[in-house]
Amino acid sequence: MSALLELEGLQVFYGASQALFGVSLQVNEGQAVALMGRNGMGKSTTIATACRMLPLRAGRVRFAGQDISDWPSFRAARLGLGLVPEGRRCFPNLTVSENLIAAARPGPWDMARVQAFFPRLQERADQLAATLSGGEQQMLAIGRALMTNPRLLLLDEATEGLAPVIRQEIWAAITRLKGEGLSILLVDKTLSEILPFADQCVILERGAVAWQGSPQDFTRDVEDTYLSV
Amino acid sequence: MDSARKEWLLNAVMAGALFAVPLWALMANEPFIITLATRIAILAIAAVGLNIALGLGGMVSFGHALYLGLGGYVAGIAAHHAFNGTPVFAGLPGTNQMLIIWGVAMVVSGALAAIVGALSLRTSGIFFIMITLAFAQMGFFFTLSWPAYGGEDGLPIFVRNQFPGLNTARPWHLFVIAYGVLILALAAFALLRAARFGAALMAIRQNPDRAAAIGISPFGIRLVAFILSGMITGLAGAMMADLTRFVSPAMMAWTMSGELIVIIILGGVGRLFGPVAGAAILVGFEVFFGGLTEHWKLWLGLVLLGVVLFARGGLIGLIAGRGQHG
Repeated sequence: MSALLELEGLQVFYGASQALFGVSLQVNEGQAVALMGRNGMGKSTTIATACRMLPLRAGRVRFAGQDISDWPSFRAARLGLGLVPEGRRCFPNLTVSENLIAAARPGPWDMARVQAFFPRLQERADQLAATLSGGEQQMLAIGRALMTNPRLLLLDEATEGLAPVIRQEIWAAITRLKGEGLSILLVDKTLSEILPFADQCVILERGAVAWQGSPQDFTRDVEDTYLSV
Repeated sequence: MDSARKEWLLNAVMAGALFAVPLWALMANEPFIITLATRIAILAIAAVGLNIALGLGGMVSFGHALYLGLGGYVAGIAAHHAFNGTPVFAGLPGTNQMLIIWGVAMVVSGALAAIVGALSLRTSGIFFIMITLAFAQMGFFFTLSWPAYGGEDGLPIFVRNQFPGLNTARPWHLFVIAYGVLILALAAFALLRAARFGAALMAIRQNPDRAAAIGISPFGIRLVAFILSGMITGLAGAMMADLTRFVSPAMMAWTMSGELIVIIILGGVGRLFGPVAGAAILVGFEVFFGGLTEHWKLWLGLVLLGVVLFARGGLIGLIAGRGQHG
C-alpha cells in the first residue's frame, strides 16, 4: 500500500506555546486511521496542519507524493485533502446547495451524488445552513468535503455532540465511504465506534505520538495509560 | 408569501415601473422624466457592478468612482477625437460608436481594477477601504491636472455617440439602451450569484479561512469579482458620459464613490434589484427635495441613517423581508 499522507516531525506553535512536538504519522491509500488522545493533546492541530491551515516551525507534510509543507490550504484542498472541521463550520448564511456548490470540484462526487448519499441535504437544499439541526449540519460538512472530490477525508470530531441515532447515521455514512475505498483520517473519542472501523490507531499525548498500532493491538492497558481521564 | 417570492414580485414591479414611467412620459411628452429614468438606470448599472464586490464579496470599495470616471473618460476621449478627426494616439482613431466605446471602457476599467484589486486585496477592513479610496483620488487628481482633456473644466461630448439602429439624440431611445443594458447587467449578476463562483465569493465573505479549507482561493476569487465589478461600473461610466454629454473629474470624486455605496445600502446590500431601488431613491430625492431645498442631502442622510439603524436590508429588505444571504 502506498503512502497517501505522510506527516514527518511536525512542530507547530500557537504564538509562543508549542502544540506539536514532532508528530509523525502516515495514512496509506484506502486506509482508515483514527487519531486519538485526551483533550488538548494536539489532534485537531495535527489535522489542521495536515490541511496546511497552520504554519510549520519544523517538519514536513507530504500528500500524494508531493511536499505540500509550504502550500496554502486552498491548494492542499484542491490536491485532495477534504476537511470536515470540528464543530461543522458550514457557511451559516448560505443555503445548503450554495454550501455544496461553493466547494464543487470536478470528479465523481457531484451535487446529485452527494444528495443521493445524504437525501436530507436534498430536502433542505434551499434552507440556510444556520437553520439546520446539528446532525444535518454534520451531513452538510461531510457533503461539502465530498464535493471537493477528496482523496483523503479528514474528519475532526464528526460525531461530537450529536444524538445517538444521528451518530449512528454519520458512522454508517463514514463506513460506506470507507467501503468505497476512500482514505480517511479521523479524530474521535468513542472507542466502541473507532476500533471496529479503523485500520490503524494513533494516540497523541502532549503533542507527540505516544502509541500506534492496529485495533487488535489496542489493549485495556493502552486505554488506561493514554485515554482514560 | 415567502420572502423569496415577495422579492421576485417586487423585482418584477420595479423592472416594470422603470419601463412604464418613461413610456408614459414619452406619450405625455415629458422628456425630462425619461432622462431621469435613464439616469436611474445608468446609476443602477454602476451600482450593480459595485454590488458584486460589496454585496456578494463583502469588499467595501470606497473607490468605485474611479471606474465610473474611467469609463466616462473613455467615452469622452473617443468622442472628442472622432469629432475632431484626430487620432487618440499612434494613429488610433477616435470613435463615436457606443458599442466599441463600451468594450474599450470595460477592458480599460477591468485592467485598472486588476491592478487596484491585486494591491488592495492584500489588506482587509479599513485598510482596504482606504487603499481603494486612495487609488480613486489618484485618478481624480490626475484628470484634474490633465489639460489635454479639459482638466478641471472637464470634456464636453458635442454629439452623443451612436448606437446601431437607434437615434441616441432622442431621450426615449437612449433610455431603451440604458434599460436594456441594465437588464443584461442584472442577469449577469443573477447568473454569477447562482454559479459556483458566486457561492464561493459569498463563502469567502463569511469566512475566508473556512473557504480556503474547501479549495477556494480567497484572493483569486475576490480579484476576479473585483475586476468584473470594475468592468460593469466602467461601462456605466461610459453611458453616464453620453447621457450628460460631459465628463469631468467630478465623476471620480470620493463623493461619487460614496453615492454608489449609499445606493446599495438604500436598496439592499447583495440584493439583485437593490441597485435599482437605491438609484431610484437617490435620484428621486435629488429631484423632489432638491427642488424644495438645496440641503436635500441632509434629508437623504436622515433616510440613510434610518435604513442603517432600522432596515439593514434596505428598501427591498423592508418590503420583501430579510434576504437569504443577509
